[in-house]
Amino acid sequence: MEISANTQAIAYLVSAVLFIFALKGLTHPSSARRGNYYGMAGMVLAVLATLSGGEVQSYGFIIAGIVAGGFIGAVLASRVAMTDMPQLVAALHSFVGMAAVLVAIGTFINRAASDTLNAVLMGELSAGIVIGAITFTGSVVAFGKLQGLISGQPVRFTGQHTLNALIAIATVLLAVHFALTGAIWSLVLMTLLAFILGLTLIIPIGGADMPVIISMLNSYSGWAAAATGFTLGNNLLIIVGALVGFSGAILSFIMCKAMNRSIINVVFGGFGSESGGGESSAGAVAAEKGVKSAAVEDAIYWMEDANRVIIIPGYGMAVAQAQHALKEMMELLEARGVEMKFAIHPVAGRMPGHMNVLLAEADIPYENVLEMDEINSEFPSTDVALVVGANDVVNPAAKEDSSSPIYGMPIIEAGKARQVYFLKRSMRPGYSGVDNLLFYQDNTSLIFGDAKETIEKMVTALKGGGH
Amino acid sequence: MPETLIALYVFVLACFIGYWVIWGVTPSLHTPLVALTNAISGIVIVGALLVTGLQEASFTAEIIGFFAVLLASINVFGGFLVTNRMLSMFKKKKR
Repeated sequence: MEISANTQAIAYLVSAVLFIFALKGLTHPSSARRGNYYGMAGMVLAVLATLSGGEVQSYGFIIAGIVAGGFIGAVLASRVAMTDMPQLVAALHSFVGMAAVLVAIGTFINRAASDTLNAVLMGELSAGIVIGAITFTGSVVAFGKLQGLISGQPVRFTGQHTLNALIAIATVLLAVHFALTGAIWSLVLMTLLAFILGLTLIIPIGGADMPVIISMLNSYSGWAAAATGFTLGNNLLIIVGALVGFSGAILSFIMCKAMNRSIINVVFGGFGSESGGGESSAGAVAAEKGVKSAAVEDAIYWMEDANRVIIIPGYGMAVAQAQHALKEMMELLEARGVEMKFAIHPVAGRMPGHMNVLLAEADIPYENVLEMDEINSEFPSTDVALVVGANDVVNPAAKEDSSSPIYGMPIIEAGKARQVYFLKRSMRPGYSGVDNLLFYQDNTSLIFGDAKETIEKMVTALKGGGH
Repeated sequence: MPETLIALYVFVLACFIGYWVIWGVTPSLHTPLVALTNAISGIVIVGALLVTGLQEASFTAEIIGFFAVLLASINVFGGFLVTNRMLSMFKKKKR
């Protein structure tokens, strides 16, 4: 069946509306799954409308591509561990980028063959290629950093920004030259430079800034789709590209604000120097610095009789896979009448909302999981704050010490609770490299050891009747 | 009005929709949001289909198009399915 261009345009419009509803669904967990189904419906409609529009005449390669891609995508989606979500997302960003580059090049070949190229089209093509290529290599670097294939340390050298600026300028000049003359060599050179630029832009950003990088590349992938839409004169791609582009941009903004840093500072600044402390004599170092270390039993003693306990998870919880043990502990304490809550800092984890997914995976109800701004006022009336694998996000230096590099960053005010327990492997500072003032507070004690093992010990103690 | 200008109108207005809709997303669902945008940015598949399926497309264009379809499909399927998997974990308290 072949549909007319007008019918196709209407189908695209419906599809765009479905995508907007899909995003709107994420306003609340209860409507989110329905939103996702709207998104699927929108995608099916868009693909069907394209296939039956008359422009598409041969189906062999298309079916092969969809079947193979669908299979790979389904396997990835069902196998990925929730801790590895950032890697999957980075990989998917890179695919959108590469697909945008391929579509632009393919369009160029087709239009050159039918002799329908013009300067505007070639300009739009160039935008698609440049943004797509930057998204691709940038996401590959992000993936490598997340997966530990390349160092998460920021890589910097003198003249870095000048080099980036020169590559960017050269890329733009080549794009203009290509649009005006149609010279193939400028197209090829422009594409290569854009691939290199993606690499050099992301490599200097440290692993600690991963939530921002992920959000930024999310945004780029949207702009790449929008540029493809301009090339093809396809409004659906333009709308979706704008939605995704803004989604990533807003997330970047939220992440930067949560670190009290500007996006410029994240992209160009040098943060995340991990000064490695020894793990061996953690207790001794702690004693030297006037830090109290405590036993599991001490924490249990306080938590059992508490009215409210707030747990502050960080990336360390994900690394130790402690969320399931936490859920068990939560249930045992709730059975004793303790009110259990979780406090999430916006930049906890390796991507926006990472902690929430990990806690949801462990079957912790979302009503118990609160954002920093929602829960901060509750700490003064909280008996125990239990910090599991977080560090910088509870450091009072951000409020009190104007000379601290993290000064001004909004924090979770765990220190205001009656008792603070830190589950820590060592005295190593957080990603910022800043010493945590909270360690030295009178009401704070550190429990050294692997977070998961420590929580499991707590669970055992609670099951044994506690004290 | 030339076509490119209409496209620009659509783009700018869509940016505003994106702005308002995304600010409404609850922070606890930011990871599913990123995964869902992964899925819907797989919409470049539309472009890939047009490149690949064109009657006059050369073999080179078809091969390039094939890989574009493949990559975009990974996004579409992977993105929607993983979003669904994540969202199914967000549960209310059992009473």
